[in-house]
Amino acid sequence: MKKEKTMKLTLPEEELVGSGHLACQGCGAVLAMRDVLKALGPKTVLCIPACCWSVIDGPFPHSTLGVSIFHCAFETAASSASGLKAGLEMVGDTETTVVAWAGDGGTFDIGIQALSGAAERNEDIIYVCYDNEAYMNTGIQRSSATPYGAWTTTTPVKHFKNRPKKDIDAIIAAHRVPYQATANIAYPEDLFKKMKKAKDIKGTRFFHIWAPCPAGWKSRPEDTVKLARLAVQTTLFPIYEVENGEKYTLNINVKEPKPIKDYIRLQGRFRHLKDSDIEFIQEETNRRWDRIRKLCGL
Amino acid sequence: MKKVIMGNHALSYGAMLGRAQVIAAYPITPQTQVVELLSEMCASKALDAKFIKVESEHSAMAACLGASLAGARTFTATSSQGLALMHELLHWASGGRLPVVMGNINRSMAPGWSIWADQNDSLSQRDTGWMQFYCASNQEVLDSTIQAFKVSEALAIPSMIILDAFAISHTYEVVDVPDQAAVDAYLPPFKPALKLTSSEPHAFGGLTGPEHYFELRYKLQKDMEKAPALIDQTGLEFEKMFGRRLEQVEEYRCDDAEIILVTSGTAGYTARVAVDELRRKGVKAGNCRIRVFRPFPFDEVRRVAAKARRMAVVDRNISYGCHGIFYQEVKSALYGGADTPPIFGFIAGLGGRDITPGDFGDIARYAMSKPKPEEEIVWIGVKK
Amino acid sequence: MKKQKPTEKIIFQSEKEMPMMPMSVGSMLFNKTGAWRNIKPVVDNSNCIQCGICWKFCPDMSITIENEFPVVDYVYCKGCGICAEECPSKCIAMVEEEK
Repeated sequence: MKKEKTMKLTLPEEELVGSGHLACQGCGAVLAMRDVLKALGPKTVLCIPACCWSVIDGPFPHSTLGVSIFHCAFETAASSASGLKAGLEMVGDTETTVVAWAGDGGTFDIGIQALSGAAERNEDIIYVCYDNEAYMNTGIQRSSATPYGAWTTTTPVKHFKNRPKKDIDAIIAAHRVPYQATANIAYPEDLFKKMKKAKDIKGTRFFHIWAPCPAGWKSRPEDTVKLARLAVQTTLFPIYEVENGEKYTLNINVKEPKPIKDYIRLQGRFRHLKDSDIEFIQEETNRRWDRIRKLCGL
Repeated sequence: MKKVIMGNHALSYGAMLGRAQVIAAYPITPQTQVVELLSEMCASKALDAKFIKVESEHSAMAACLGASLAGARTFTATSSQGLALMHELLHWASGGRLPVVMGNINRSMAPGWSIWADQNDSLSQRDTGWMQFYCASNQEVLDSTIQAFKVSEALAIPSMIILDAFAISHTYEVVDVPDQAAVDAYLPPFKPALKLTSSEPHAFGGLTGPEHYFELRYKLQKDMEKAPALIDQTGLEFEKMFGRRLEQVEEYRCDDAEIILVTSGTAGYTARVAVDELRRKGVKAGNCRIRVFRPFPFDEVRRVAAKARRMAVVDRNISYGCHGIFYQEVKSALYGGADTPPIFGFIAGLGGRDITPGDFGDIARYAMSKPKPEEEIVWIGVKK
Repeated sequence: MKKQKPTEKIIFQSEKEMPMMPMSVGSMLFNKTGAWRNIKPVVDNSNCIQCGICWKFCPDMSITIENEFPVVDYVYCKGCGICAEECPSKCIAMVEEEK
């Protein structure tokens, strides 16, 4: 071998996610879990409501993760985690990090009440929403996180989703939680750094992680990381953090945004869109990007 | 120490003396005083517990499940609509083998809005795998709560302590509130065999296929079948320490009874007034109060039925399209028995309408006048 | 997590063997997801610049680092192709599985 250079990894080598799990080929949700657990370490427990990860982890009596999981009811990620944290503290464990790990369905829709309640009470939990933009586990039905224009089984091509994506980050900011951030599986070092920072903060911490789904987005499995990167480079999904609902910091600035078309054309769920639809999406994207930049003081 | 307290506060004292560690609750009439007093107890450190002021009953039970899985002793309280809102999670508690103890104030289900006593709320949950205890006095509420922590934790099956709206919840009675030290001697700390920790990773409640689910549920039923004996045993231990005994089924003047009025909840004590009145007039009446409804006390009910010439089951509930629920279950328990007496079914008091001693007198006389029931439901007091 | 040898799939033969609550006791390593793929990644070490990107982006933890180079675990690799797509020196080829 010519090279003897040491491989310098940008993330810790230890894995808390095992192989043999049931995720589809090229699943973004697994990369999100992998990155988060590398940052939080083994003294972490998860509350996982109904979502892809309830199945990915594997059937009883097996589990792919190297951390404990409370598989909880669909709408209870935040409330179960609140109780789990209280229980652990009362039995003497004040160090284990409790994470509510939910999909967009369990966060934006059915789980939003419990999330709002926990955030308002400033429960000492980390809430992670991995966002693949539909109810993927039940077979790709629309959620309020589904973007404008997308096909899903409940928004067929003739009636594609014609409402914008719910702005969960603004909703969480309105709760004035101590820390929240958006993150993306194509930028694992950024996610890792912010999760490490969040680990040491007390109170409700919220992460919104972009996790492409080849099965639901009708994209090629090998494009998962590329799509995630494009979401940032087109400014569709800005990467920023907010403290106390007020102090916005942009983590990844995009000087020359790529056109949204580059992102859209790689996904079958947008194949039916006309040029005028894509223009609309581009305008919306530009508007939201301007708003975020302004909030971040740029 | 004897205190004059309302039934709701008897629940609060039960949770406090039982050293509940995590309480998650949402207010609902007529339960609010339970959680208000518990809030004060937590604030003053009379109770060392975390009180999570959740934003709905569904979140209350979800939080209790999380806390219980971590190995903390948990308590909550609710009523009617709130209990119904928790329904899917009631299944979760029993299937997850989490010994949550919950007070439920029996209140009518809406619509129309009714805050008054009715048993449909708790009886609608009879299939969820929770033990159910129907109380008739404030003392019984406190004693049942303490005993429930012990039984539930031994079996890993949750318990519901049930009390009538206003007739118990808001009524003040003299209650002997035991010393903390005495309760500590009776009720050791919660030490579950299996719990969620970060030191030993396990996934709890994951995808379970047909090859395993059946056995898990078989185990739940088998453990529930051990409950009657354990309830009696913990009841005897409680009697030894505190001098008060609670039975699965309570008899009043049943030994030579020709007609036994079968009741649950506070209606039982009203029935006893009627029983004494009837006895004075020469009618050999008795009252059997079913206190433990789940697990159903088959042996006890059969034992009492053997004494009666007739039974009149009075339900403050109904399973629509069928009959009163205690009536159905008593009949079913006695089916096929050698000397099963005729069993009459009465429905009274829905929506909190008063059931009076006079009503019980009418019920007894009606049942005595017929050799056997002519209809499955006799409605008492409905304005037809 | 150290890579352990694949264990067997657990199917309890009696309720007596089972924990009373549905609690996991084994890993998913028994499940050889390599059987899912049609194409497999082949790494050309001579062009590899040892950046670690393929390792970083594998959703199945099927790329490990041995002697400073990536090694594919074909027992579990699902053939998604992310490693080949992301490799900056294009030294990973996706090759058809032999039948």
